[in-house]
Amino acid sequence: MNIIVLLKQTFDTEERISVENGKVKEDGVRFVINPYDEYAVEEAIRLKEANDGTVTVVSIGPSRTEEAIRTALAMGADEAVLADDPALFGDEFTAAKVLAAIIRPRAYDLIIGGNQAVDDGSGQVAVRLAEELGIPHISTVTKLTLEGNQLTAHRDAEGDVEVVTATLPALVTAQQGLNEPRYPSLIGIRKASKKPLTHVTAADLGLSSEDLEPRTEVTEVFLPKPKEAGRILSGDLSEQVKELVQSLRSVDKVVG
Amino acid sequence: MATEAGQLAKGGAFLIETTSEQNVFTPEDFTQEHLMIADTTRAFVEGEVIPNAERLEHQDWDLTVQLLRKAGELGLLAADVPEAYEGLGADKVTSALITENITRGGSFALSHGAHVGIGSLPIVFFGNEQQKQKYLPKLATGEWIAAYALTEPGSGSDALGAKTTAKLSADGKFYVLNGTKQFITNSAFADLFVVYAKIDGEKFSAFIVERGYEGVSTGPEEKKMGIKASSTRQLILEDVHVPVENLLGEPGRGHVIAFNILNIGRYKLAVGCVGGMKAAIEAAVSYAKTRKQFQTEIANFPLIQQKIADMNIRAFVTESMCYRSTGEIDKQLHGIDDHTDGQTVAKAIAEYALECSVQKVYASEALDFVVDETVQIHGGMGFIQEYPAERMYRDSRINRIFEGTNEINRLLIPDMLLRKAMKGELPLLQAAQGLQQELMGMLPQPDTAELLGEETHLLEMAKKTFLFVGGTAVQKYMQSLKDEQEILADLADIVIEIYALESALLRAKKTAARGKSADLQVAMVQVYAREAFARIEAKARNILAAMEEGDVLRTQLAILRKLTKFQPVNAKVQKRAIAREVIEAGKYLA
Ligand SMILES: Cc1cc2nc3c(=O)[nH]c(=O)nc-3n(C[C@H](O)[C@H](O)[C@H](O)COP(=O)(O)OP(=O)(O)OC[C@H]3O[C@@H](n4cnc5c(N)ncnc54)[C@H](O)[C@@H]3O)c2cc1C
Repeated sequence: MNIIVLLKQTFDTEERISVENGKVKEDGVRFVINPYDEYAVEEAIRLKEANDGTVTVVSIGPSRTEEAIRTALAMGADEAVLADDPALFGDEFTAAKVLAAIIRPRAYDLIIGGNQAVDDGSGQVAVRLAEELGIPHISTVTKLTLEGNQLTAHRDAEGDVEVVTATLPALVTAQQGLNEPRYPSLIGIRKASKKPLTHVTAADLGLSSEDLEPRTEVTEVFLPKPKEAGRILSGDLSEQVKELVQSLRSVDKVVG
Repeated sequence: MATEAGQLAKGGAFLIETTSEQNVFTPEDFTQEHLMIADTTRAFVEGEVIPNAERLEHQDWDLTVQLLRKAGELGLLAADVPEAYEGLGADKVTSALITENITRGGSFALSHGAHVGIGSLPIVFFGNEQQKQKYLPKLATGEWIAAYALTEPGSGSDALGAKTTAKLSADGKFYVLNGTKQFITNSAFADLFVVYAKIDGEKFSAFIVERGYEGVSTGPEEKKMGIKASSTRQLILEDVHVPVENLLGEPGRGHVIAFNILNIGRYKLAVGCVGGMKAAIEAAVSYAKTRKQFQTEIANFPLIQQKIADMNIRAFVTESMCYRSTGEIDKQLHGIDDHTDGQTVAKAIAEYALECSVQKVYASEALDFVVDETVQIHGGMGFIQEYPAERMYRDSRINRIFEGTNEINRLLIPDMLLRKAMKGELPLLQAAQGLQQELMGMLPQPDTAELLGEETHLLEMAKKTFLFVGGTAVQKYMQSLKDEQEILADLADIVIEIYALESALLRAKKTAARGKSADLQVAMVQVYAREAFARIEAKARNILAAMEEGDVLRTQLAILRKLTKFQPVNAKVQKRAIAREVIEAGKYLA
């Protein structure tokens, strides 16, 4: 059973975000495995432990991504591929192309990604990748079982549970609740430094400039407006209701 | 004389040598593997220990043992155990990082620390092959928990005054142990105790005593001021038959084991204090940012900022010092091929016994300072158990008492230096004589063009001040100096200040040399150097005034003045700036 995990390195969710010159400031920031991808790594390792096989981590990102990859290797993944050539960075469209080019020549049964990355939050890359590879996908999975080459997944459908089956090879994306990721053990950490990590460049993948041309453009980066202080209405009840209706209409334009 | 990169420094040599910043290990030198291990430790503490803090504080020992085993599964008990015995045989920086990060989970850290440190290490270092094979794998995984029993009701600081006896049985197969040990950490649940006893009431020796042996029992749990999540009881030994093969080391050589283990206990304690300080700073800053008085967060008041800056600086200095000496020990150990030969390893660590005492005293007092200010920043809430400040304050206090009280460690510092000097290991007396000459002439001036040039100069002058007053004291009292405890303690304080300042200074220089922004570190050193220097000067003056009077004293004070001239900096402004960064980050920063 060969499993591929899609992994992105993101800001620690506890980091404060600050924007400088139209860019999110990265100095001194702690980076982690994107939390949803961490569920993916854990699930892959559990499946491997139960069914034998290998877990390969695939990632796009700058060289600092290696830290996150080493953590996944320390948790128990077997090898990793990192596309750290800046020519390969772009948007969700290019990411799917790059990942497909890395994965296509490999033997794989299952691909697991995170439901979304906590930084961009697009939730597109894994699904686009499934399309590129022409395999079925199931997103926001909270439970996964495997029998032979049949996959049964519980997916979180806006609060309801949908039970979906698929035939391998397939792609699934992990939702919170899928599992409780392990901490890498010290032995794992030791071994991780000796596991293979391959770097790939645009030249290695033979992608066309068309494939590497982002389809989206970031025009502006800004922080959400600070929350303004709330207002407490006063007066008797009917006055309060009146005032509330009025401000919902006029001030905040919640109701047309 | 200067030590350059790659060169091994001799213990205590920092007092007479100039150390290159490239030759010290700093937290900026942690490898990726080090950082990952720190992360795992933190994740374990945050995921398993902190959520259970209340139960642990109420002494749910089953849970403590369960968590120790979980730590064992992750490898957090195995760092110091060689690979041959199912350990990791990791470097000491790794083991220090585990210790530092475990402390964030309150006094569960003591259960962990007593097990991996004083409990397991006597066997790691002094066990024979059989003993190591029998016990170390169990200790490395947490299947068994260890404790260390040296103290007795009648012998604490005077550890060698133990009354517990060991008598060889008639058939020569057992030592029969009788006695009571006091304040034994982990005793509620430990499976194995390293016990010191005197064979025939004379030969001080160490034994491995299993809990299951007949006649082993523990007293009731002590009701403590702090570190309540750790177990402390008497260990009672009544005609306990310990197999002769459980004698640890040689008969009558128990003191060698005891002193070596103390060295390690001391540096580990110091590293633990670093973790405690960082946790306290987070608690204090987080409170200061939310608590409002006079319509503003108290973090906006300069007096609160001053406290936060001082706390951060103290943590920075302690951290610099701890990892410097840990790195030094690793360098010593690097030269040893066979790490299964524990005695060689212990000896390499003993080279830095002085540094171990220095940082034990400094770190325990720095932590006390930091938790005290943490309570103060919390105001009345600091006195209420709802916030962690109250527990931190109580938990900190023990550090000045165990692993050798700070008084004992202070007395040890000049004692060790003199011994090294007498044995010809450290040319201290020569350096003191050389200084006499120098004092007649012009003293060097600071190189103000260099980064931290003034502070480097202050450090150099501090070392000369030490040689001057220390040399004078040795000349005056000779052998009877040991009776002048006040002077010895003041000398120790000067040594401690020098090591602390130098470690922080070298770290800031190394960070700058890396081309990274070292502004914060530089600012901290600029402020701290002057405060430390003023303390050094005051101690030196005390020492001189205690020894001489009249014209002789006047002459000596004139020399001291010559050595201790310095320009102040605007600490008010500097500390506000330091605090601003710490407050913004919400945590300790370096
Ligand atoms: C919570 C806790 C856990 C502990 N865990 C362990 C453990 O696991 N194993 C273990 O073996 N021990 C343990 N201890 C014991 C601890 O190491 C001793 O308490 C410590 O060494 C001090 O000894 P004492 O209490 O007998 O104090 P004393 O030695 O009686 O000291 C009393 C005071 O006299 C001072 N003093 C003593 N001698 C001198 C001197 N020569 N000159 C000047 N001043 C002096 C001391 O500094 C101190 O201020 C623990 C203690 C506590 C409280």
